[in-house]
Amino acid sequence: MSTEQRPVPTPTIGIPLMTDGTPKVAARNVNVYYGDKHAIRDVSMDISQREVTAFIGPSGCGKSTFLRCLNRMNDTIDICRIDGRIAIDDQDIYDRKMDVVQLRALVGMVFQKPNPFPKSIFENIAYGPRIHGLVDHKSDLDQLVQSSLERAGLWKEVKDRLDQPGTGLSGGQQQRLCIARAIAVQPEIILMDEPCSALDPIATSIVEDLIDELRASYTIVIVTHSMSQAARVSQKTAFFHLGDLVEFDETEKLFTNPQEQRTQDYVTGRFG
Amino acid sequence: MQTFMLILAVGALILIGFQVGHRRSVAIVGGKASQLHSLPGYHGFYIALWCAIPALMVMAAWLVMEPILLDSAVMASLPAEFTASKTDAQLSLILNDIRNIAAGNIASERSEVTVLAAQRYAEWKQTSLIARVIVVLAVAAAAIVYARRRIHPGLRARNAVENVIKTLMILCSLIAILTTVGIVLSLLFESGRFFEKVPFTDFLFGIEWSPQTALRKDQVGSSGAFGAIPLFGGTFLISFIALCVAVPIGLMTAIYMAEYASRKIRSAVKPVVEILAGVPTVVYGFFAALTVAPLFRDTGAVFGIGISSESALAAGVVMGIMIIPFVSSLSDDVINAVPQSMRDGSYGLGATRSETIRKVVLPAALPGIVGGVLLAASRAIGETMIVVMAAGLAANLTANPFEAVSTVTVQVVTLLVGDQEFDSAKTLAAFALGLVLFCITLLLNVIALHVVRKYREQYE
Repeated sequence: MSTEQRPVPTPTIGIPLMTDGTPKVAARNVNVYYGDKHAIRDVSMDISQREVTAFIGPSGCGKSTFLRCLNRMNDTIDICRIDGRIAIDDQDIYDRKMDVVQLRALVGMVFQKPNPFPKSIFENIAYGPRIHGLVDHKSDLDQLVQSSLERAGLWKEVKDRLDQPGTGLSGGQQQRLCIARAIAVQPEIILMDEPCSALDPIATSIVEDLIDELRASYTIVIVTHSMSQAARVSQKTAFFHLGDLVEFDETEKLFTNPQEQRTQDYVTGRFG
Repeated sequence: MQTFMLILAVGALILIGFQVGHRRSVAIVGGKASQLHSLPGYHGFYIALWCAIPALMVMAAWLVMEPILLDSAVMASLPAEFTASKTDAQLSLILNDIRNIAAGNIASERSEVTVLAAQRYAEWKQTSLIARVIVVLAVAAAAIVYARRRIHPGLRARNAVENVIKTLMILCSLIAILTTVGIVLSLLFESGRFFEKVPFTDFLFGIEWSPQTALRKDQVGSSGAFGAIPLFGGTFLISFIALCVAVPIGLMTAIYMAEYASRKIRSAVKPVVEILAGVPTVVYGFFAALTVAPLFRDTGAVFGIGISSESALAAGVVMGIMIIPFVSSLSDDVINAVPQSMRDGSYGLGATRSETIRKVVLPAALPGIVGGVLLAASRAIGETMIVVMAAGLAANLTANPFEAVSTVTVQVVTLLVGDQEFDSAKTLAAFALGLVLFCITLLLNVIALHVVRKYREQYE
């Protein structure tokens, strides 16, 4: 990334900040550095409640990095440094008093490659509730596992083999298992980092339908390389380029009538 | 010495052959090496191998056959009336005398006949030596000339050379396999002789070990009990203590290095831990016998516990330290092999680092860790030097780690050290012990390999 060419980040086009209502997530002047590399440059944006927000942009543009800031997954990387303010429900998540464990219970995450634990399907779902002490009785846990799998649309397929390893499911089922696992800790926000990039078109369409259903209960942020996917599942879309948030607007507007030249080039497939 | 010189000479011819092949192949295409099927170097190796293999085979055959032919020729040349009344054993003694006289050593008996025969022997031997040099060098030289003629641009020298090298590698691996088979067979064979003298069940299930057998009928105090239970009991007691030391320490080390240590610390600590595996076991042995055992004895005395100065505890603890690197190094590898995505998944659900390690990483790595522990256990069971020096020789059947015990390996050592008669049960018992020990460690290794392999399939 040649950040030297443009020392000043360009201001974001569109409507990065909400004009009415309260945002679920509010990021202000966020900068992320990996060692000397300036990966995210002065990004400010609001993410609204119970909507799907898509992050698009070419590889290395910083969209995954920014996503991982929202549940502090970047903390596990030693050389990563973040400044600026990110607040969820007006609570600064980088505040000293913030407990990362509680934050991640509030902000679930689904990864690019399905990563079920090498445990049974039941144990995969029960893992989160157990470490957070969400249930008191075995029957509650059974109930929670069932409802999580139902919400992820997986219950009918796996209800007879809950004791079998989660790694034995197909790729699409594994990804839905990971979504169910995230739902089981009862988060308010779900981050998805290219959740369908390892899936075939049929599994992708099932997961996309699921995302659309989950929107009713959760705030969802999804990073995707597929512009058609962003257009299908999201209400708002943010276009990142070289660490800048170039444009952020209603999905329909961003795809049909982009205001920025770079956005237009990208969504029409002229680069990236 | 002559053989060594001859090998040097053949080596020189091989080098010459390489040069000849190289130059010939380049010359035959007028310097345009690209027109050759194989690179000039392969043509060089082609002639070198043609030169080396027949010459060395002739030499080896000659070295094997020469003494046999020479002996029979010398014996045949002895006067018939001299050999007629002799038994085979006497004849072989005479042959020995002849050889000794010929070599200028002291012989048990010098008669006119044997001295004359020795002269013939020396003469023929000299002739054979000269003939050998000539034949071997001639074969090598002829092979160079022959192979040089075969060189043409289309010659598949590379394929030929690679085939020979492949065969050579197969032979090398066969050596290791055949040696193992030979060792197992000799164990089986000698154990069979032992079990003719001592019943199998007495050996395997007897609880008294006292291998002194009477040399003469009137000797006393030689019961000759061959019950191996106390020895295996001692072996397992010491191995158990060793594992109790090595598994927690090794595992903690591995977890620290794989999950917590920074790259810098890891690159410094890991080699140091692995140095433990490089310390000669005899050094551990006297460390156990001279430092640790007295320390335990004195410490025990302070608390009023009687710890003998040769105790299973001292040997076990030191052995445990010795096998820490086995556990830590293998566990470290399998923990590192657990994909980062597993950890991310766990962190993403709000698990802390220690929860992630306990509930995700360790269970995923468990089969590999078990494999490492089993390998360490088979190492501990087979270990000899530390127990010889620190655990004592008394074959007590006890579970008390403060007492002296003896192990299988220690008894094998004591049974075979010094002058032995190879037809007594006492000596043969060593082979039976070795066989059982071999079976146990083999079983452990098979289980360990199986477990490790099963683990590998999980993520791939």
